[in-house]
Amino acid sequence: MLGAVLLLITGCHEGPPGADEGVQQGILLLGNGAEPRTLDPHLATGTVENHVISALMEGLTNYHLTDETLAEPGVAERWKRNEDATEWTFYLRSDARWSNGDPVTARDFVYGFERMLTPALGAEYAEMLHVVKGAAAFHAGEVDDFSAVGVEAIDDHTLRISLVGPNPQFPLMVNHYSWFPVHRPTIEAHGGLLARGGEWTQVDNFVGNGPFVLAEWKPNQFIRIEKSPTYWDREIVRLNGIVFYPAQDENTELRMFQSGRLHYTYSVPTNEIAHLQRRQSEHLHIDPFMGVYFYRVNVTRPPLDDVRVREALACAIDRRLLAERVTQGNEIAASSYVPDMFPDYESPVQLEYDPERARRLLAEAGYLNGKGIPPIEILFNTMDAHRKVAEAIGAMWRETLNIEVRLLNKEWRVYLDDQTNLNFMVSRSGWIADYPDPMSFLDLYTTDNGNNNTGWSNSDYDRAIDRARRALTAEERLQLLEEAEAILMADLPVIPIYWYTRKYLKDPRLKNWFPKPLDNRPYKYIYLEND
Amino acid sequence: MFKFILFRLFQSVVVVFAILTLTFFMVRLTPGGPFSAERRMPAYILERINAYYGLDQPLFKQFGNYLGNLLRGDLGPTFTETRTVNEIIAATFPVSAELGLWALLIALILGLPVGILAAAKRNSVIDYGTMSAAMVGICLPTFVMGPILALIFGVWLRWFNVSGWFTAADRVLPALTLGLVYAAYFARITRGGMLEILNQDFIRTAEAKGVSSRNILLKHALKGGLLPMVSFMGPAIAGIISGSFVVETIFQVPGIGRQFVSAAFDRDYFLVQGTVLVYAILITLANLGVDIIQVMLNPRLRFEDSQ
Repeated sequence: MLGAVLLLITGCHEGPPGADEGVQQGILLLGNGAEPRTLDPHLATGTVENHVISALMEGLTNYHLTDETLAEPGVAERWKRNEDATEWTFYLRSDARWSNGDPVTARDFVYGFERMLTPALGAEYAEMLHVVKGAAAFHAGEVDDFSAVGVEAIDDHTLRISLVGPNPQFPLMVNHYSWFPVHRPTIEAHGGLLARGGEWTQVDNFVGNGPFVLAEWKPNQFIRIEKSPTYWDREIVRLNGIVFYPAQDENTELRMFQSGRLHYTYSVPTNEIAHLQRRQSEHLHIDPFMGVYFYRVNVTRPPLDDVRVREALACAIDRRLLAERVTQGNEIAASSYVPDMFPDYESPVQLEYDPERARRLLAEAGYLNGKGIPPIEILFNTMDAHRKVAEAIGAMWRETLNIEVRLLNKEWRVYLDDQTNLNFMVSRSGWIADYPDPMSFLDLYTTDNGNNNTGWSNSDYDRAIDRARRALTAEERLQLLEEAEAILMADLPVIPIYWYTRKYLKDPRLKNWFPKPLDNRPYKYIYLEND
Repeated sequence: MFKFILFRLFQSVVVVFAILTLTFFMVRLTPGGPFSAERRMPAYILERINAYYGLDQPLFKQFGNYLGNLLRGDLGPTFTETRTVNEIIAATFPVSAELGLWALLIALILGLPVGILAAAKRNSVIDYGTMSAAMVGICLPTFVMGPILALIFGVWLRWFNVSGWFTAADRVLPALTLGLVYAAYFARITRGGMLEILNQDFIRTAEAKGVSSRNILLKHALKGGLLPMVSFMGPAIAGIISGSFVVETIFQVPGIGRQFVSAAFDRDYFLVQGTVLVYAILITLANLGVDIIQVMLNPRLRFEDSQ
């Protein structure tokens, strides 16, 4: 009788469909890593949020199907620039609509930028818009009138943006969610421009202009979105809906995939990779990801203020061994700071494992055979992976240089504060590009950048970065960035270790999903089909 | 008894208030703030955000504001979500309560009879067998038991979903994971309690008088034999409530346990205070209830206010 009862209750099915039904119904089931903190494009800061927001909303340009470095028309069907790429004019399509039927106009973008840059809102990514003329001053509260900022709605379908300097890449930048428009009547009906509470993002209130609309949001359970009936390109959207599961536990997500509840996972538990490579290799994917794992060095703290010591530490790391044996996720041993993912950019300095050179440098710095050097502390936040790397690198330093190494494991927020306050010697760090360009990796280390966190300041470097920002051609820009990276790698306030890879499981029935270095997804092209 | 309950209720209020105050100050004095981020935001933006949540005011003023809002039933906003603390607790507490109730039910239904049986058939194969199984259950933590159950019944047999809280069937694996550990504890403690009673003279008298063993067990020995179990219920309920975090993470259950832990991790001040408040009230009430039941079961105990 218990069996009958069990059968009865397991028979009833509510909730989202399984993977097979999903293929039949055109509903994509995605693991999305964590519960999004917000669906407001101006307050969001993470990839988890972006994965949902980029389905619900659309900017001037869109993600390309395969190439992260190409801008594809979004709300703007075409654009033109002035001669030195300081002024861009976007022509919006006339059939772009919000999900409630209202037309999307240039004024919606102006309103969006104003909201983003309003200091009282406290938008964390507002700095992305500082390339616009007058934006930084308005954002700092120095100027009260938004009309001083270089954005203008010439008419309903023409938007002109003036920049602080030449930027041939600008159309590529504006597919980021910090540049998305928002629907003004909706915002004003739910607390106004400054409201951070997200009332307007609730299911009954949300108005977006993307290929999908918000249908159901059960916090910590799932977010379900449906194909939008008003999206201008709805004819080519083949998915009927997407369900995002915030599966925080990687092992739970793996079980969900293996029991037929997901088409795609957010990640894969590291210790399962070898097993999956043997048993489920048709599902497992490992792609390069545009990010670098590195050790930040506090150059204000002796003995690390001596560049020879820093270089010794850098040369004493066998990155290949680390990537092969310790991290086990097919990570790529870093030969420089900027990942080798940009076809026209070549990092000038190639880091190598050279224990002899390391010992020589340390001796030159006055610590022959490690004598007299204080212990080096490696700070990292609580995570098994970081501990393993720190232990391995600590062992390498001990063996090669005969120095004492201490591991400092701190909780995430304490670790963040320590890094910000330069309360460390060497600190584990990672950086993922905001946009697919070497600049996104290199502009952190200018003297005034809030993410520098090394105490390093080099005016040649600042100059190179500044000139790169103002370069008129792509060649010139990349050339200047290569010069900047050369300075960075000569001084080594950061010691690159490896370049990231992304590991995930993908159902082969998921089509038109190409690996992208930043994992930006053009959902409008993706579809599900039985083989 | 009435005076006793009143006094203990008053005591509970004082305890909960002390916990609330301690939590309030501890979480704000902890290093690392809610807005420490990997990408630093400009100082003037951080100021604005702090001002929005009232975090730039002196601590005592913030505490006063918090108490004032608390009296009006408003537990404050969250920093990491769009819902308010009230909304989160209203949505997640019933889920955890349901999970805890199922777990408790499983623990009682499995643990009590097994314990009684083991005591009745003391030193037999049944006794040794069940108590060994119970030992395994006690030693296996939920974060081992849960994935094992999910793997066997979810991935291999596909009888249940490996995660989620949608259908009635979704309750089974999480409740089992949480409940089996306590079933094991209940079995062992019940066996111990029953054995102690069964050794007493009055039981021997009853046997001599010819009372059936079933009646001896259930009518004469049970009330006394269950006493240790009842005392254990207080900590057990506390354990089930706080253990729910692991089970909720493994099975993607939208409960309050996960909110509790992630709030502390994120320094989400108001959410930490709110969840601590819920737990404090629950545990003090559970202990109060257990004390009352103990006195009702054991005529030799008395309430503290009577002679």
